[in-house]
Amino acid sequence: MTEIGQGFIKALELIVSLDAEVMEIVGRSLRISVASCLLASLISIPIASLIHFHRFPGKRFLISLIQTFFSLPTVAVGLFVFVLFSRAGPLGGLNLVFTPTVMVIGQMILITPILLGLTISALSGVDKAIVDTARSLGASGFQTALVVLREARYAVLAALIMGFGRAISEVGIALMVGGNIRGFTKVITTAISLETSKGDLELSIALGIILLLIALVINIALNRIQQR
Amino acid sequence: MSLIETVDLCQRYDERDVLKRINLKVDKGEVFALIGPTGAGKTTLLRLIDLLETPASGRIYFDGIDITESGRLRFESRRRMAFVLQKPVVFNISVYDNIAYGLRWRGKKSGDIREKVNSILEVVSLTPYKNRNARTLSGGEAQRVAIARAIAIEPEVLLLDEPTANLDPVSIAKTEQLISHIIRQYGTTIIMATHDMSQGQRLADRIGVLIDGELLQIGDSREVFNLPRSREVAELVGIENIIDGVITSSEEGIATIDVGGIIIEAVSNHPTGERISVCIRPEDITLAVSKPASSARNSLSGK
Repeated sequence: MTEIGQGFIKALELIVSLDAEVMEIVGRSLRISVASCLLASLISIPIASLIHFHRFPGKRFLISLIQTFFSLPTVAVGLFVFVLFSRAGPLGGLNLVFTPTVMVIGQMILITPILLGLTISALSGVDKAIVDTARSLGASGFQTALVVLREARYAVLAALIMGFGRAISEVGIALMVGGNIRGFTKVITTAISLETSKGDLELSIALGIILLLIALVINIALNRIQQR
Repeated sequence: MSLIETVDLCQRYDERDVLKRINLKVDKGEVFALIGPTGAGKTTLLRLIDLLETPASGRIYFDGIDITESGRLRFESRRRMAFVLQKPVVFNISVYDNIAYGLRWRGKKSGDIREKVNSILEVVSLTPYKNRNARTLSGGEAQRVAIARAIAIEPEVLLLDEPTANLDPVSIAKTEQLISHIIRQYGTTIIMATHDMSQGQRLADRIGVLIDGELLQIGDSREVFNLPRSREVAELVGIENIIDGVITSSEEGIATIDVGGIIIEAVSNHPTGERISVCIRPEDITLAVSKPASSARNSLSGK
């Protein structure tokens, strides 16, 4: 018990003193997850709009499939990305395995279904009369889609934040394809997982507290946005 | 040549005929009111004219050109019209941006847009609300934003669907004033749907009566309100006394009619033997205690 208590106090010291290693790990985590989130949104928002604004056979099934991938196991994505980018894999020549780049790709794959699914439901939530109004005022198909996206902006932003939350808190992909290399691919979650097993509770607790704080900030932001 | 013409226009939803062979011509600069009860198909007809829907059959001509099918022509024609929906939806942005949207979509220069939007804001008395989010406005104000947004693009045809439904009396008066202003100022061709008969009378040059998907009568307000051509139209325009009868003789434009054994006379060109309905407006009946000496053609005793 005293060990945990002491670990907690030291962890707070690490945070308050803005310890270089802690800050470096947190900074990297944020950069990787923000990048994966932005890339995922660049892919998801146009595709979600295409799915929403077009009628085609199997549309409902496709949406159900996308929703199924919301709970994609991170280790499964990790394994898939690892196989893809490992030396013997089809993209092995790119030499990306155990780099932050491949971690971004992995997290992007993880959260793309979430962003896709939530953007589709955000667009579906927009009053149908908005589409009629835009068209009746002379908007083209593309302009109408932009209007609907603009109307759904808070819900889309909420989707983005959900995706970010999932990306920054996952450990499977970061560990499997990142490798927790100190000063290069070590992020909050992989550090907690490995430092704990090494007995360095202070660093783990400090990072754990920061991760919780990030989650708290995300939730507050999400609540604010959803109230709009 | 008519600006808008529909030929045998039909629409079906789920095997139900919503519009049946609508033949309508609206001239340039004309104000045309579609009156009819709720569910008669007024909104559907406006949606078809604005090319938001494709008809089940029939043709639509805009300025003499058949625009029923070609996607490009439909888009180009839609850009020459504006439609104010019954329940106005405003975009979740400022009042100014709401009005500017249609102009931006047409690639107008920002200086021109600013000038246009500011002058329209004056017309609809919404200048103080310029920077407010349009979603925070009242129903009447939102309706004015919707109308402002529509007239900002200077449409050749303005379609209004129940422009004063769900509004309080003050907002109704303001909206009607605004529509009158548009008619006088811009000379826009207007097709409006309304279930408010007197509104149709006040604003429109001609009235079309749409009941159960059929355009039963078209004419100026005097014709429609005083000479309804069918029982349905008579009931719609508020004639409460409708009595069925048979014409027993017809001479020099005066018909003698047998209504359940009572003989009355009326101005009519219907031939002898035809079954007709006699419509008597309550305000046309004079009640007297004793039989008056007057020129009234029909005098009946009652209790």
